[in-house]
Order: sequence, then C-alpha cells, then structure tokens
Amino acid sequence: MSVAAQAAPLRQWQRFSLAERIMRSVFYLIALIAIVWSLRSIEIIPEFLYDAPQQTADLFTRMWPIDWAWYPKVVHPALMETLHTATLGTILAVAMATPVALMVASNVTQSLIVQSIGRFILVATRSIHAMVWALFFVAVFGPGALAGTLAIAVHSIGFTGKFLSEAIEEAKPGPIEALKAAGAPPLAVLIKGVWPQVKPAFLALAMFRWDINVRESAVLGLVGGGGLGMALDTALSNLYWDQAGLVLCVIFAVVIGAEIATSWVRSRII
Amino acid sequence: MSASYPATRRVAFPPNWPARIAVALLAIYVIYAAQTLDFTWARFITGIDHGGRFLSRMFPPNVAPDKLQLLYAGMTESLQIAVLSTVFGVALAIPLGLAAARNLSPAPLAWFCRGLIALLRTFHPIIVAILFVKAIGFGALAGVLALIVASMSFLSKLLAEAVEEMSMNQVEAVRATGASFLSVIVMGVVPQVMPRFVGFCAYQLDSNLRNSALVGLVGGGGIGATLFTAFQRFDYDFVLTIVLAIIAIVMVGELLSGFMRRLFQ
Amino acid sequence: MLKNVSLTVEGRGMTAIIGPSGTGKSTLIRCINRLVDPTSGEILFLGQDIAKLNGRELRRIRRRIGMVFQEYNLVERLSVIENVLTGRLGYVAVWRAWLRRFDPKDVDRAFQLLDAVGLGALANQRADQLSGGQRQRVGIARALMQDPDLILADEPTSSLDPKTSVEIMELISKRAGERDIPVIVNIHNVALAKRYADRIVGMSKGEVVFDGPPRELEDSHLLEIYGGEGWLE
Repeated sequence: MSVAAQAAPLRQWQRFSLAERIMRSVFYLIALIAIVWSLRSIEIIPEFLYDAPQQTADLFTRMWPIDWAWYPKVVHPALMETLHTATLGTILAVAMATPVALMVASNVTQSLIVQSIGRFILVATRSIHAMVWALFFVAVFGPGALAGTLAIAVHSIGFTGKFLSEAIEEAKPGPIEALKAAGAPPLAVLIKGVWPQVKPAFLALAMFRWDINVRESAVLGLVGGGGLGMALDTALSNLYWDQAGLVLCVIFAVVIGAEIATSWVRSRII
Repeated sequence: MSASYPATRRVAFPPNWPARIAVALLAIYVIYAAQTLDFTWARFITGIDHGGRFLSRMFPPNVAPDKLQLLYAGMTESLQIAVLSTVFGVALAIPLGLAAARNLSPAPLAWFCRGLIALLRTFHPIIVAILFVKAIGFGALAGVLALIVASMSFLSKLLAEAVEEMSMNQVEAVRATGASFLSVIVMGVVPQVMPRFVGFCAYQLDSNLRNSALVGLVGGGGIGATLFTAFQRFDYDFVLTIVLAIIAIVMVGELLSGFMRRLFQ
Repeated sequence: MLKNVSLTVEGRGMTAIIGPSGTGKSTLIRCINRLVDPTSGEILFLGQDIAKLNGRELRRIRRRIGMVFQEYNLVERLSVIENVLTGRLGYVAVWRAWLRRFDPKDVDRAFQLLDAVGLGALANQRADQLSGGQRQRVGIARALMQDPDLILADEPTSSLDPKTSVEIMELISKRAGERDIPVIVNIHNVALAKRYADRIVGMSKGEVVFDGPPRELEDSHLLEIYGGEGWLE
C-alpha cells in the first residue's frame, strides 16, 4: 500500500519587503506620469523635424570656410578675457566659499542658525545658473568681463562651498582636538589642524572647478558677460556664420586645452 | 661650568617657501588679471551703488496674476524639459557608458565611445541648444535634445569610470556559470555600479532642473525666455519671482533625489 | 606555460592538482571552462571538443561546469540567496534575472543547497557581511546549483585558516560525492590533497610529473614536484 507523500510547500524568496515594493511602485508611477505628461505637452512640429538634416547641412556649409582672419583682432583678446574671467572667478569663488564652508561644516560650527544660513547661501548660489547671475550683474555693472567674473565667482560658491564643507567634515578629529587641548586659538586650530588635512581635496576641487568655469566663461558673453561668448553673440546676430564657426572652434580648443592642463597638473601634484 | 647652547635656534613652523611663492604669484596674477579686465575701483563703487538701487527695485517680488500665469507656463515647460532630458539621457547613457568601459567592451569600440563622449562633453549645453534651435527651430524640443546630449555625455563618462573600477572577479564568476552577456551585466555589473550610478542620476536630474531654466535664453523653451524678457524690460521684481521659483523647484528636486537615492541605493 | 599536458578524468571522485606557484595549475583548471584559452590542443568534455567553442555553445558547456574560486568571487552587494541563484543564470532568461523572478522550484532548491552547506539561516544576508569560510560555502552552493557534470575548484582553501580549510574540503568532497560529480581541485596544501583526493596529479614547470593515488605519493615525488631541499619534515 502506498501513501502519497505530502510535498512540503516550496520555500519562497522576495527581493524586497512589502513596504519597499510599495514605495518603489509609487516612485515608478510618479515617474511614469511625469514622463507621459511631459511627452504630451512638448510641441513637436513635424515640418521642422523633416527640415532638420537640411538645416544642419546648411549650417555647416555656411560655417565653412572658417574666417581665420577674424582671429587676431577680435577673437584672441576675447579668448584672453575668457581665460582671465575663469581664473579670477575661480579664485574669488574659493575665497568667498571658504567662510561659507566653515559656516556649514558640522565639526566647525555648532550653531544651527549659522549652518542653515550657510546652507541656504550654498543652495541659492548653486540653483541660479552662472548665466542668470551674469544677466543680473550685467544689469548692475554693465556688460563686460566684470559682470562675467562676478557671475562665475558667485555661482561657483555653491559647488565649491559644499565640497569644501564635506572635506572639512571628513578631517580627522584627532589633530584638531590635540590643538584645542593645547590651548590654541580657533584661527590657529583652523590653519594648522584643519587646513593641512583639507589641502589635497582643496587643490583638486579648485582645478576641477576651474575646468568647469572655463566652459562656463566661454558662453557667458552670450548675455553680455564678456569673452568668447560676446564674440559669438556678435557673429550670430550679424549672421556671420564663418566667424561664428571660428569662435566655436576656439571654444572647443580652449576647453580641450583646459582639460589637458588640469589632467597634467593633477597627475603631477596630487 | 658653562652649558653649551645649540648653534642655531630651531623654528617651530619653518616658512614654507614654495607655498609662499605660490601665494605671491597668485596675488600678482589677481592684480594683473583685474587690470586686464578693466576692473577699476570706480566702476566697482558705481556698480555697488547701482546694485543697491537694483535690489530695492526687486523687492517685493511681483505676484500679479498675469505674471503668475507666465511664470506657471514657463516653469511647467522647464519641468517637462528637465524630466524628459533626464529620462532619455539616462536611457541613452547606459549603453554608451557600458560600451565605453575598457574592461567590458572590445578595445576599438571602447576608445571610439570614449572619444564620442569627450566630444559631446566639450560643448556647453547652451551652445548645443543654439545648434539644435537652428536645426529644428525654436521650442522646447530643441531644449530637450540639447539637455539629452549634455546628460548623456556626463552620465556615460561617469558610468564608464564606475564600471572600470569594479571588481572583475565577481563578473568572472558569473560568467563561469554560463550566463549570457546580458545576464552577466544584470547580476554581476549592475549590483556593483548601481548605487553610484543612482547618485549620478540624481545629480543629473538636479543639473537638468537648473539647466532647463537656461535653454530658453537661446530659444529652447522654458522659463529662460521669460526671465530674459523680464530683464530686458527692467521688470526686476518679476525677475525676483522667477528666481525664487527656480530655487524652490531645485530644492524640491533635491528632496526627490534624496528619496530616489534611499530607494535604490 | 603549460607544455603537452594530457589528462583524463573520469567518473566521480576528487582529483587534486598540486605543484609550486606559477607552474600552471590554475591555468590548467581555467582552460577547462575556457576562462583561459589554450593555444593548441583539445579539451574533450562529455565527448565534445570545447577548446574552440564560442558564444552560445561555450555558455552551454560552461553551465555544466561549476567553479569554486580562491577569492570566493561572490557578488558582494547581493544577498546570499541571490548569489546561489546566480548558478541558474545559464538556464534562465535575462528578464528573470532582472526582476529576480526565478522559478519557485529553483528558489526552493537554492534554499536546500544552503542548508546542505550549513548556511540555511543566512539566506538574506548580504554577501559582504559573511566571513571567508561562509563565503566559500556560498560559492560551493552556487556551483552545485548549476547541477554540473564537473566541479572545478581553483585553490578553494588558500584564503582560509587551517580549520576552515578542512571544513571546506570536507564539504566539497561530501556534497560532490553525494551527487556523483567529479571534482578537479587545484591546491597547494599537500596534506589536504592527500586527505581528500582520490587521485593526485603533481605538476612542475608546466608538465605533469606525478599521477596516481595519494598513497603512492612519496617524499621523492614531492621533491621532484616542488624542487628545493630541506623543506620536508
């Protein structure tokens, strides 16, 4: 006589708990709604799309041959202006970001109010793109590199300050405590306890930000911030496509140059 | 009996000459650059004065109904641009980033993709937007395409770097079970790079939210155009409204990113 | 590196390959599942030459061969059970892997294998929270999950302490033996090899210099394999 054996129920496994699955589904749902809503609202004019290849070809034929003659008189000074804007802007940004970073770093500041103010400054400067800051500074100081430099400087505070504060927070408490215990005044603690630990990150950050700022400075001129952007703006407004092509080439070259320079410096010093 | 003293006194913190020279050079450069750029103190002072009056014209922010209408239209379009460019940017960055990883992809393909990524990254989203506007006309689509290019280049570079830094041992073991290429990616590569990649995507969403406010400056749709017009019309109080709205959206975006990170990391 | 190696392994039982570092033991093992490609020669597995296979056919062969690694090679961020289920990847579609929707029978079998290696309670732990010995057990479970015709073990105990090494060798020997799966193990601990292997292959400078049961392994053979003097007790 045989007895049919009861098979034990198969053991199961779920990757996510019920709570996790609900949250993930909610997220996917929100994302899906957002995507569908956006897709439906975006205006797509088919005629323009069909025209696109022809328009692009048209653009390139107009840009070629590149008007190299324009370079010495207009583009070269603009290039220098852009480079100075980027460098000076980065230096200013670092100078202005340091106190803010100290305000935000939890191992330097105890007051919550000071921290919140610092955080707000960082978020506000970061959220407003450098070009929008440029619009503002052009309205205040008039068009030119002054507006551009200040725009770069102020916008970079957000990014620089945030990274700096993180680097400060990662500094080992040991040396700082030792200095405090020895009775060192707060400034000395900062300079001799915090700074040596933060220095490598600081330099890397400055280089990284300079590289980004070169890109940003090159286009600020489109709204009046000086440098290559203004040359581009002039060329575009007059529909001198060959000159515009020249400026684009120069922008391309300067961005690549900046990247090579920063990689070189990074491999040598850091 | 006389004690002997050391011949030289040792200084506690000897001067760091390379650093001092570097700082001096930096200071000289700052002065030189400032001069080349025509920063005069006089300009600065007039500017500050001007700026003060400027700021007073910005307060209080303009919340008239017709302005709010404009603001709403512009912001929704910017949001849509940000959403679409992030989603499609991520989708396109994944194959490009994987193909550019030298430890997963055959060498010629990897180098080609890296070159492509570098090329895409060189141009500022604004310039790309100008080119797209010329190619397909004004409107949000040009803005979306420009930001897709920007997102793709940024994300695929970071993804390729993350893949190159992962442990090949884990991948080798999965391969040894006879898994197909895609299965190896799913169970061997994704678990290793997913947390970092999610972080990058969150950052990119934030970046696109900020950039979407920009592309309108050159015809790419969104709040940028409204902002530019407000500046030109000297509607500075409306400018403040728009700026505050942008900051608010970015902060909300950060919250959302944080939520996304906790879910997927 | 490997010169004219000719080996035949049949039936159940453990074959241990011993020899000094750099002599090609690891290369030999990895040639079998083609993690390393041989420059010439044949590899006959289940009657088929796999030395030149590629693509899907190679994967079909690989899924019949389970491997245990020296560094365990678990996917650290995945849970233990997911790592074991990785053993089924050669048999399931990608979408199952992506959504983690494996066949319930496979999941149950994975649990059973975890019990068999003594880790039943740790199924949901992340792999990087386990000790070395525990991770190797998961590696063994993963290899067994493939229901393989052959298990390769590349220095499975080299990263483990002496006690755990014995436990692991015991585990491999028993579990493979129960299922009649032949094991080829690459090991540098001669004592362990003698204790658990049914056949020992000694290699030196890329060639096979000894092939026989453990009881025939003499000190003279060891000297020939490893060279040097005065290191034998």
